[in-house]
Amino acid sequence: MMHSTMTFRRYLVLAAVTLTSAFGDTFLSRGMKLLGPVSLHHPAELIHAVFSPWVASGIVLLIGFFASYMASLSWADLTYVLPASSLGYVIMTLLARFWLREHVSSLRWLGIVCITAGVGFVTRGPSWTEPRKGPGAGAEEPVAVAEEEARL
Amino acid sequence: MILGHVTNTALATAAMIAAIVVTATAGDILTASAMRQVGDLDHIRAERGLPGAIGAVVSNGRFGLGVVCLALSFFSLLYAFSHRDLSLIGPAATSLTFVTNALAAKFFLHENVDRRRWMAAIFVCVGVALVAF
Repeated sequence: MMHSTMTFRRYLVLAAVTLTSAFGDTFLSRGMKLLGPVSLHHPAELIHAVFSPWVASGIVLLIGFFASYMASLSWADLTYVLPASSLGYVIMTLLARFWLREHVSSLRWLGIVCITAGVGFVTRGPSWTEPRKGPGAGAEEPVAVAEEEARL
Repeated sequence: MILGHVTNTALATAAMIAAIVVTATAGDILTASAMRQVGDLDHIRAERGLPGAIGAVVSNGRFGLGVVCLALSFFSLLYAFSHRDLSLIGPAATSLTFVTNALAAKFFLHENVDRRRWMAAIFVCVGVALVAF
């Protein structure tokens, strides 16, 4: 039995998953580009990189991503959260184009259209599959959920 | 001789992509399963506060296993990047993981992956491949 567990606050958490992932990766990329190539023969340079403002901000954002991603998995299905939060790829491409001034090909724009369509498909449907409680419970459980939804 | 080398290279590339996809999918499924075991974090945080919610997640065995699998996936990705082009490994591994996650979620988490979710997974898979190329 599937039903929606989404509230306005939970959509905000999904937005946080999307934004922290996109901005975290972009900040890391920006920071590492500013620092230049890091040689594996000098691993201390990597430790130095962690304390640079862009990389440190990127790491903080990615910790925020992991926390909000875990929270979202506690009230929504994996097959709902993953496509719904994939808008991060769209934001990353837009940041690459308009902030980092990278070239974005027409194929990449087509990819953005596909991702947006996929997000549209999944977010219009239910977000949560009720866990199985054991043999025989499945027949009664959907009724309970339907009654609860009717009350809401 | 040349054909044999090409076949071996293709097999090695496929094995690297498979290693990334399998470990990433196992990591996602285990962490998602852990969060189902833990329960709604909003309720736990309301009852026990933020430290209680963090403790409930971190002390879950499946969560630990999931993090190990995600770390393995990350190192498999780094290994693949050192042998093959980013433009091949990145899109292939990321987009395939959307489809394998949908399959694994259906069979292991018993999620109801209906037509709408399959369409979403396939559209995002194709989109990510196009964006990453």
